[in-house]
Amino acid sequence: MLRLSLRRRRALLPYLFLGPGLLWLVVFYLIPLANQANVSLQTGDPELGYTFTWHFQTYVDAIKQYDTQFIRSIEYAAVATILCLVIGFPLAYFIAYKAGRFKNLMLLLVVLPFFVSYVLRTVAWQLILTDDGWLADRMRDVGLLSEDGRLLATTGAVIAGITYNFLPFMTLPLYVSLEKIDRRLIEAATDLYASHATAFRKVTLPLAVPGIFAGSLLTFIPATGDFVNAALLGTPNQYMIGNVIQSKFLNILDYPTAAALSFILMTFILIGIFLYARVLGTRNLTEAAL
Amino acid sequence: MTGRQRDRLRSWLLGLWGVGAIAYLFIPVAIIVLFSFNDNKGRFNFTWQGFTLDHWKEPFADPALQTALQNSVSIALVSTLIATALGTFMALALVRYGFRGRSAADFFIFLPLATPEVVLGAALLGLFLTMNVSTGYATIVIAHVMFTISYVVVTVKARLEGMDRHIEEAAMDLGATEWGTFVRVTLPLIAPGIAAAALLAAAISIDDYVITTFNAGQTQTFPLYIFGSARQGVPPQVNVLATMLLAIVLLLMALNVVWQRRRARRDVRRTGDEPVGSMALAEATARG
Repeated sequence: MLRLSLRRRRALLPYLFLGPGLLWLVVFYLIPLANQANVSLQTGDPELGYTFTWHFQTYVDAIKQYDTQFIRSIEYAAVATILCLVIGFPLAYFIAYKAGRFKNLMLLLVVLPFFVSYVLRTVAWQLILTDDGWLADRMRDVGLLSEDGRLLATTGAVIAGITYNFLPFMTLPLYVSLEKIDRRLIEAATDLYASHATAFRKVTLPLAVPGIFAGSLLTFIPATGDFVNAALLGTPNQYMIGNVIQSKFLNILDYPTAAALSFILMTFILIGIFLYARVLGTRNLTEAAL
Repeated sequence: MTGRQRDRLRSWLLGLWGVGAIAYLFIPVAIIVLFSFNDNKGRFNFTWQGFTLDHWKEPFADPALQTALQNSVSIALVSTLIATALGTFMALALVRYGFRGRSAADFFIFLPLATPEVVLGAALLGLFLTMNVSTGYATIVIAHVMFTISYVVVTVKARLEGMDRHIEEAAMDLGATEWGTFVRVTLPLIAPGIAAAALLAAAISIDDYVITTFNAGQTQTFPLYIFGSARQGVPPQVNVLATMLLAIVLLLMALNVVWQRRRARRDVRRTGDEPVGSMALAEATARG
């Protein structure tokens, strides 16, 4: 057996601890991405197989052909993120400052949906929005929906589904950052004759910015790549880039296009993250991810 | 309107908004639970047709559903075990040791969290296709470990960073070996963090659809079964099982709260106001 001095052993220990997990991530995360880059530059067809040909044209074609789905993904994700912020901020504010002894109960209710399958919750929205469902009938009664109008299979349904599914991701980081604010700062502002609105605008809001950024990113990233909501609550007219990648990969077997599309999607998102990291540092983000 | 009235109105509106938002989050969950009692005729479970307990009597009426749920639970257990073990050691390395490449490792571990699931799933399937690996149970486990490791690392790291290092130093000063300190002081102190990480990993694994759909091959899991049956109508047994899972989680959470309260009370009784950390230290040194 190799005999090492205590110091050498101590120096090796962190690599030993890190090694197995890092290896897993390299083999099943990094190498697949590199392989994906390789696949995206291949040409061929599903029957005869694909060969590597430096075919960058796939990227150009992919963007040209699926620009609608890309733009739609970003639109839907952006609208859903804003809706989550509008719904989630007052909710987080209420839980952090006004809920009193109901604070833990309300936090539990916010995370409760996580304990029911994501796909099943989306199916439940199908049930709520269905054409002859209670909600559609009531909306027809009061004239909010025309006789042949639909709730399901619309853009609104897909965006509502995404908003619903990612609302906790927005609310929790917002709550954490609001909770962390030293109340005395707000008191000091009001003591110095700032109105509640001014104190909110000049003290609370700026201090909540990390939570707003983190929540927005945690909502926006998964929302752009999502395809469950569009598949269950929409029609092909609402399909997002995730739906395209999925069907290219699993049904059409056009691997190069699917790979190119996922790279383009990832580039978008990495740019977003780098911008974020430049503004606030990744530490905040990983912390907020909890 | 006086200032005080305005304040009260503001609080009221905020409360109303909060309750509304919670309702928005809660309604689909309530519907799922409610429709597990629906006496539905035919395949569709879309409209309320009366109360029945029939589905609760035989939640596994469809053998395919039983297989799917069993697969999900077993995949969650196996992948959680692997991911928690690997991730805990990674967190220890990252928090406890200064070494070359630490911040790079930190960033690398963060990356999977920032990659959309559809990209993770597709890329992994691409690798399996290139390598001619047939997809199934094993590849699902591989995929789940890959994308839950980072969650484990972040969770355990948070716990380690919040821990007082002096307690470990004191144990070593009092003659405990490095290994003894780790087993008797460090491990018990970060145990809640590890447990939380494992729970998180299991919850993510059992619920995953996107990554699993790419790497499942012919293997069915609970979310895959639900998605697959969504077009022809999800059988009410799915609602029953989902409600059961929810009830189990809530029960575990309630037990945890009771247990923590009781332990806090016991600690206070035994050692006055001593924090839990020094208890672990006392025990470690007492055993030598």
